[in-house]
Amino acid sequence: MTDKLVIDNVSKIFSDKGQQVTALQNTSFTVTQNEFITILGPSGCGKSTILKIIAGLEEPSSGKVLLDGREIKGPGSDRGMVFQSYTLFPWLTVQQNIEFGLDVAGKAKSERQDIARHYLEKIGLTGFENAYPSNLSGGMKQRVAIARALANDPQVLLMDEPFGALDAQTRTVMQELLLTVWEESHKTILFVTHDVDEAIFMGDTIYVMTARPGKIKARLKVPLLRARTYDMKLADSFVDLKKQALELIREESWKTANSNM
Amino acid sequence: MKYLVPKADIPDKLYITLTALSFALLLALWSGLTYSGFVPVLFLPAPDQIITSAITLFAEFNLFDDILASVGRVTAGFVLAAGIGVPLGVLMGSLKVCEAFAEPLLGFIRYMPASAFIPLFILWLGIGESEKVAVIFFGTFFQLTLMIMDVTKNVSQALIDTAYTLGVSRSAVFWRVILPSSMPGIVDTLRITFGWAWTYLVVAEIVAASSGLGHMIMQSQRFLKTSHIIVGIIIIGVIGILIDVFFKGLYKKLFPWMGKGGGV
Repeated sequence: MTDKLVIDNVSKIFSDKGQQVTALQNTSFTVTQNEFITILGPSGCGKSTILKIIAGLEEPSSGKVLLDGREIKGPGSDRGMVFQSYTLFPWLTVQQNIEFGLDVAGKAKSERQDIARHYLEKIGLTGFENAYPSNLSGGMKQRVAIARALANDPQVLLMDEPFGALDAQTRTVMQELLLTVWEESHKTILFVTHDVDEAIFMGDTIYVMTARPGKIKARLKVPLLRARTYDMKLADSFVDLKKQALELIREESWKTANSNM
Repeated sequence: MKYLVPKADIPDKLYITLTALSFALLLALWSGLTYSGFVPVLFLPAPDQIITSAITLFAEFNLFDDILASVGRVTAGFVLAAGIGVPLGVLMGSLKVCEAFAEPLLGFIRYMPASAFIPLFILWLGIGESEKVAVIFFGTFFQLTLMIMDVTKNVSQALIDTAYTLGVSRSAVFWRVILPSSMPGIVDTLRITFGWAWTYLVVAEIVAASSGLGHMIMQSQRFLKTSHIIVGIIIIGVIGILIDVFFKGLYKKLFPWMGKGGGV
């Protein structure tokens, strides 16, 4: 097992109208190759900020992030990202969206089509190649966004509450679908969520974050086996871990609530 | 009345009927005022006299040449304004340095009336075609550029960030994301500003023009040919609406991906 990603003492301070807000404070953790990490935290705890820093979309105020031992200096196709908001390119069809990164990389058309077809099948959207995003439901859009990120074959996949805008039923379906796709490649994933069930069901390891300023509060190993099935959500080990995680999150949520009053 | 609920949809048939009704009412009002003799012919000729005048103008006074001359001027001024304004606006909307440099200046100049610049344009450009094109350019360029800037500013940051994580470089993001994302807004802005370009036509053709609809209207004023003036005004209106329909058609054809109501 090698360290794929090292987050080394990263802090992020935003200044807004002269006021300085510490979003992230001295955060350190490592991600092993092929690990599925979930980051669980109350809203506004800076968990999205971590992903943006790893993606290279934000610069850390101090500290650094290493991918395969090299320091991250900016965004790149080796770190794919799926956002909570719908980010399909509306002027491109489903197929063209999935091919987007491959096209940027200058891959030949036949290769692009093969890869896109593969992922279209994986996400169960064969037949929707030529549909535009405006004709898709929220769940379908996120499936295409996942396919688009995976088609690019990134080293690490960053997911920022990708199912946060979906209804509860669609959300469950999407979790299982993502796990099925993941079982095939075992890509290294960092998955941010505020949903305790989701964090346990999806992850190998859960990092629980504190309220602002965000830092790692606890590291929980998920004792469930792969491949995960929905009935595991009722297993004793799941429920025990859920109690533990809920307790941790509850403390932090109260801190946030009190500091806002 | 279920159709009086705010924002409620109405059947297409009712929509078209109401539109036709407003035109019919205008025509009826016009006919009533003129055929009854309530308004003298010198002030407002009757609808049939307008049609007769239109035929005379086309047949004997080369009205078609006037239309061509005017369309040429408006198009020249507008194409010039759009040719500079669109790239400039896109740059201003995406790069803060360009915005800081150009936005306050353009915002300042746009409040200066184009018509007041006519004496200066004559001084600088003479009384030829370039002076007329300059008025139309001046009347549209500043508004157009600022509107394009706003359109470009509205490109979603999340889409740009997504493109970065898919390997797009900082410079390629212009044509990979910013341009395609703002195209519908750009075409819509061009539709609106082309309409404005037309409204500057008469102003542009006031001075030393020997052709054009504006020229024809000013000539007719001299000879108190009220019916010719109205024909000229109606033709400008008709051309304006044709251009509007053209741009709307272009929009539908170019952007099949825009959801109904423009949402995405």
